Amino acid sequence: MSTNLPAKRTASTEVAVVKNEDFVTMTIADQVFGIPVLQVQDVLGPQRITRIPLAPPEVAGSLNLRGRIVTAIDVRLRLGLPPRAADKPGMSIVVDHKGELYSLMVDSVGEVLSLTSDDFERQPATMDARWREVSTGIYRLRENLLVVLDVSRLLNFANTEAA
Amino acid sequence: MDDLLSEFLTETNENIAVLDVELVRLEQNPNDPSLLSNIFRLVHTIKGTCGFLGLPRLEAVAHASENVLGRFRDGELNVSPYAVTLILESLDAIKSILLVLEKTEAEPAGNDEDLINRLNALAEGREAAAAAPAAPVAAAPPPPPEPVPEPVAPPPAPVAATPSVPAAAATREVAPVAEAAPPAPAAAATPHAAPPPPPAGGGDGESSLANQTIRVNVDLLENLMTMVSELVLTRNQLLQILRSQKESEFAVPLQRLNHVTSELQEGVMKTRMQPIGNAWAKLPRLVRDLAHELHKKIDLQMLGAETELDRQVLELIKDPLTHMVRNSADHGLELPGERVAKGKSETGRITLNAFHEGGHIIIEIADDGKGLAIEAIKRKILQNGLATETELAGMSDQQIQQFIFKAGFSTAAKVTSVSGRGVGMDVVKTNIEKIGGTIELKSIEGRGTTFTIKIPLTLAIVSALVVECGGERFAIPQISVIELVRAANDSEHKIERINGTPVLRLRNRLLPLVSLERLLKLGDGDQDNRETFIVVAQVGNYTFGIIVDRVFDTEEIVVKPVAPILRHIELFSGNTILGDGSVIMILDPNGIASFSGEISGGMHDTAAAAAEAKHATRQDDRMALLLFRAGEGAPKAVPLSLVARLEDIDLNQVEASNGQPVVQYRGKLMPLVPIDPSWQVQRDKRQPVLVFADGDRSMGLVVDEIIDIVEDRLQVELGTERAGFMGSAIIADKATDVIDAGFYLTQAFRDWFGNATDRFEDERLHKVLLVDDSPFFRNLLTPLLTVSGYAVTAVQSADEALGLCESGEDFDVIVSDIEMPGMSGLEFAQAVRGNSRWQNVPLVALSSHATPRDLDRGRQAGFTDYVAKFDRDALLFTLQQTISETKGAA
Repeated sequence: MSTNLPAKRTASTEVAVVKNEDFVTMTIADQVFGIPVLQVQDVLGPQRITRIPLAPPEVAGSLNLRGRIVTAIDVRLRLGLPPRAADKPGMSIVVDHKGELYSLMVDSVGEVLSLTSDDFERQPATMDARWREVSTGIYRLRENLLVVLDVSRLLNFANTEAA
Repeated sequence: MDDLLSEFLTETNENIAVLDVELVRLEQNPNDPSLLSNIFRLVHTIKGTCGFLGLPRLEAVAHASENVLGRFRDGELNVSPYAVTLILESLDAIKSILLVLEKTEAEPAGNDEDLINRLNALAEGREAAAAAPAAPVAAAPPPPPEPVPEPVAPPPAPVAATPSVPAAAATREVAPVAEAAPPAPAAAATPHAAPPPPPAGGGDGESSLANQTIRVNVDLLENLMTMVSELVLTRNQLLQILRSQKESEFAVPLQRLNHVTSELQEGVMKTRMQPIGNAWAKLPRLVRDLAHELHKKIDLQMLGAETELDRQVLELIKDPLTHMVRNSADHGLELPGERVAKGKSETGRITLNAFHEGGHIIIEIADDGKGLAIEAIKRKILQNGLATETELAGMSDQQIQQFIFKAGFSTAAKVTSVSGRGVGMDVVKTNIEKIGGTIELKSIEGRGTTFTIKIPLTLAIVSALVVECGGERFAIPQISVIELVRAANDSEHKIERINGTPVLRLRNRLLPLVSLERLLKLGDGDQDNRETFIVVAQVGNYTFGIIVDRVFDTEEIVVKPVAPILRHIELFSGNTILGDGSVIMILDPNGIASFSGEISGGMHDTAAAAAEAKHATRQDDRMALLLFRAGEGAPKAVPLSLVARLEDIDLNQVEASNGQPVVQYRGKLMPLVPIDPSWQVQRDKRQPVLVFADGDRSMGLVVDEIIDIVEDRLQVELGTERAGFMGSAIIADKATDVIDAGFYLTQAFRDWFGNATDRFEDERLHKVLLVDDSPFFRNLLTPLLTVSGYAVTAVQSADEALGLCESGEDFDVIVSDIEMPGMSGLEFAQAVRGNSRWQNVPLVALSSHATPRDLDRGRQAGFTDYVAKFDRDALLFTLQQTISETKGAA
């Protein structure tokens, strides 16, 4: 637990009023993603992870976050991307979902952006079905595009697989 | 709900629970003033609170009881069983009102006038006086006749609830009054002589106790417990860091933190602990009522009531315990008359004993009643089709008793009267296993039954064995671990494989093994030539070994549920954080057991049949077995009765005929069949051969070495799919492959049979119908009879045989087993004899029991002849005789 960076929670209370929403940004395979900052509990550096045999492949294992057991999800595998190179350490964003903590493993975590709904758009119909399933929409940033991840759908893979 | 009301309900329920116990005690010690004043005070409190809260109905009932109790206290009335029954009845009335009150927050409409009138009558001495004029006279020295108008049970048998009670005084029917009468003046005198001390003493003790306790929400305690668990884990981490650093300034404060944390943990654990007596509180009353109802005399002893365990566990075992005590009283103990006839004391005894043992709590429930009736259980087992008669014959009494835990054994009400025990024992077992406990049963017919329950102290913290497998660590709850065995090729224990399935010989038993690495799909599962450890685990009656790479320490762990997305993995019961801060998965032995069971079921689709064969051969009849070595692997065995001779053959004499090795033997050609398929004829050597012969035909089975002939029970433990093998068994303390002689016989004689039909076209083969439920015997006899020139049709049940009859099949002779599940051989014979088409077909009975009585019964049922199961020659002779006789007659 060397690099626990508590996430900044700035101006989060006015979100609804000014139609601005704050997102923690992260990159996976050079694509920028965002998660609503209110859902984020922690940002972690590389962790010691215990493998869980027989678990779905997207579940990287579990780790100990200040006495709580957190299930680590490899977002790359969840998005159908190849696994991260072994020499890249990666980072994790810890989110709370129905009282349980999950650590989303990504390549790197960026800054917190406050985005206006004017720049928001639904996902294009041509987007990969798997990506469409776990995202809610896209923000047009000045330099690139940010895909908003839906945490509950991202963690719903166990059910979709079972069905 | 109104806070005031809910508090009233909790308090009153508690008080009533205490009253139940106290009243029963009072019945036995009618002259204990402190007991009386305590009871009086409790009832008074209930009455007072009812009045305060405006609950008139409750108040009226409580008031009437209080009046009676007041008269007791003042020595104006004697404590009689009738009076106690009446007061208990009024408590029941209060309870039922409270129940409605809890649901609807209002008193139910209704009227307790009858009860109140009876109570009032008693208080005024009318009721008792009417029945027995002498009763209210406290100091009447002559024993009055039948003073108790007992409405419930004609011979009232009061219960002795505490070990200290002189049971004799309480159990004699007339005795209570007779013996209570003389001390009554003393009882009356005590309160008069010293009225202040008892209330003062009792009141002081009670109130100061009440001031020292507070009610705390259970959730709060649970939260505290979780927090402390985290604190303990953090402390452990800190200590680990400290150990790696020399001369740290943190050392002293950390030591202090360490101590404080330990104490805090212990303290918080204690808040969750409750004496098991809380779960027992209702039992004296229950037993007393049962005793009255059943006209039995029961002495309930409760030892170790102060033994503490986690309240969560306590809640969960309360119902099973009550159930088992009720069972003991209801079905276990006999009526006083029966007991006397058996030379036991009139009063039956139920003993509850709780104590700590190695991090677990052991609760014993013992009775000295009639024990489990083995024969009755057997009948029930057969009736329910849970096992066959043959299987039962091979089971120990202990194994048969275990059937009372089977579901379906208990559902039917009539089972109770037949088996004597077992309503809902399956539920009891399930509930106990749910909290990680185990239940064992010991019973001696005529002497009593003892159940032993072993449960963990707490569910929050369990002791677990940490093991490593495939580079990962796992925890196995200690409660299911029996022992650890180190296994390596150079050690005493080594893993052997049968058809790839690992097994271990452990004290003359074959222990099935489960490779954790393979089960969890870690690594390649190639474990040969490596040192491994075997964790011997037990789930219910199933003992198996789990192969792991390394074994670490045992550690106290805090079980946490796994994340919802992993709940479907049945092999894990939870996860936890170890002292070093790493997360570890907790294995569920139940899951592993069921998973390994499924695997074996998938591997052998005849698993059920193999199990059947295993039971079928589990007879007390010992069999002569020929042990030999052939090819690779374990020694092999064949029933000696199948082998005609043992020969040592000079391989120079072996010739080839039709591509098959043959040897000239007693003027004939004898085909040689090797067990080892890679066998080559080597010149200038001799080789042992097992000769299977019939008539003037013979076949030689080539083996490497004949080891021994042993007399042993052939008990096939593991089935196999390999052709030519029936399975493995422990013979002469070694894992041994039992070969399927039939397979080799058909290898040698297949062609020959073809020739035979060509040669004797006019003489058709005699058709034999073989009915036997055991695949072992079908496999044994079919080739034997085939070799002897019969066309054999083998079926596994009488029903199937009758089906063939209906479909128009004809046979020259029918050979049938006697002990079969479903329709037995005798019933089958009767059915055949009653049937028009087969009624003249000779029937030969085949049984392991061939006493003259059996023969008679067989003949009566319609069997032509009777042959013992292992007597090969007799069977062939009988068949020959029977057929020729029938022919002669026709």
